[in-house]
Amino acid sequence: MREINVNLITEKVKELCIAANYDLSEDVKAALNKAHESEQNELGKNILSQLQENLQLAKEEMIPICQDTGMAVVFLEIGQEVYFTGGFLEDAIQEGVRQGYQEGYLRKSVVGDPLLRVNTGDNTPAVIHYSIVPGEQVKITVAPKGFGSENMSRIFMLKPADGAQGVKDAVLQAVKDAGPNACPPMMIGVGIGGTFEKCAQLAKEALTLKLDERHPSSHIAQMEEELLEEINRLDIGPAGLGGTTTCLGIRIKTYATHIAGLPVAVNICCHVNRHESVEI
Amino acid sequence: MKKIKLPLTKEKVLGLKAGDMVSLTGEIYTARDAAHLRIWESLNKGEEIPFDLENTVIYYLGPSPAREGKVIGSAGPTTSSRMDKYTPALLEKGLKGMIGKGRRSAEVIQGMKEHKAVYFAAVGGAGALLSKRIKSSEVIAYDDLGTEAVRKLYVEDFPAIVVIDCAGNNLYER
Ligand code: SF4
Repeated sequence: MREINVNLITEKVKELCIAANYDLSEDVKAALNKAHESEQNELGKNILSQLQENLQLAKEEMIPICQDTGMAVVFLEIGQEVYFTGGFLEDAIQEGVRQGYQEGYLRKSVVGDPLLRVNTGDNTPAVIHYSIVPGEQVKITVAPKGFGSENMSRIFMLKPADGAQGVKDAVLQAVKDAGPNACPPMMIGVGIGGTFEKCAQLAKEALTLKLDERHPSSHIAQMEEELLEEINRLDIGPAGLGGTTTCLGIRIKTYATHIAGLPVAVNICCHVNRHESVEI
Repeated sequence: MKKIKLPLTKEKVLGLKAGDMVSLTGEIYTARDAAHLRIWESLNKGEEIPFDLENTVIYYLGPSPAREGKVIGSAGPTTSSRMDKYTPALLEKGLKGMIGKGRRSAEVIQGMKEHKAVYFAAVGGAGALLSKRIKSSEVIAYDDLGTEAVRKLYVEDFPAIVVIDCAGNNLYER
């Protein structure tokens, strides 16, 4: 058994909230650079170079990449040998988000009650997903999610007979509907299978996967490739003003499902796809 | 690149076409969801609103906090369609320009044609870059709304693209 004081969790969550909002992961930056080279549309190319410049500036001058610094989504993979001390784990996570958004000059974008809509003033609560894994490590991932793109995300409860083509059509439909609203070029996380809520969570997790890797099953890997190509033929383009760069990357996660169902969730993210992880 | 000095008069609006790249210099106001709701409610009740809408440009923006000594934090556009419900009433009162991102409703476009207004897009997700063109920022109303408060900004060479012009031409519908 390993003891971990929850103060350490607060500290790490705080650091991750800040880090995620000022710099993107290398795979996202590489995809953006590649898109800038290949984009044929003049205006599209110009917009992509502004996004590159924006990233540079964000890092150098410590200005958040985007003003929507998101609702914080926190994934915790907890080794089952770990024993937390010093307080309640969830409080420690929320405190980390509170401190991160305060000390990091990040926007407070959370309202407490979805209908009364009063800002909580400290960007809490975060959305937290826990999972128990073997071992005595804890992996924390913080993925601040902007809502311009979150609002364009969709769930489709398809029929088994809809098959692979039905899944692809659903994804393409969601992307077309998102269009210029989701700050393209987008990144897309897809969940296939499970239940209603499981596929949504898979889609969210898929957004934290590396863009330059592929799903271990070849038919899903192939679907990732095909969808990327087909989406980039939609001519939505950077900022929705046309071009071949509509999507920087798409990743799919799958899970077993019921004999009667084929749930598909499409979590749309903008190019500011933020996620930072640490293992302790 | 067309350089535009604000306020945005009808003559200036008439000279803008969908697809034009522009740079805006002058005073603009920020307002997003919560501020729009309050302005709209005040207009419905015939009450005063925080700023005169005549020949004005509204930027759909909720900035991140400014660091010490800085004018503003990250400052890119938010999705405009959430303001669609309230916009026709503002156009009636003389609003001439809106800066945001994403599609607008048929009612908004109709209002823009009727009252001669223009819809600009700024690049979404370029908030750090765009913040450099904002030279001053002052909260003038609804301070309690935090990032959603109404701010008066002075912008210099603020880059935008005319997406929908006052004839209803729409760059998103190519
Ligand atoms: S969708 Fe993304 S890039 Fe666009 S405003 Fe929201 S967080 Fe920023």
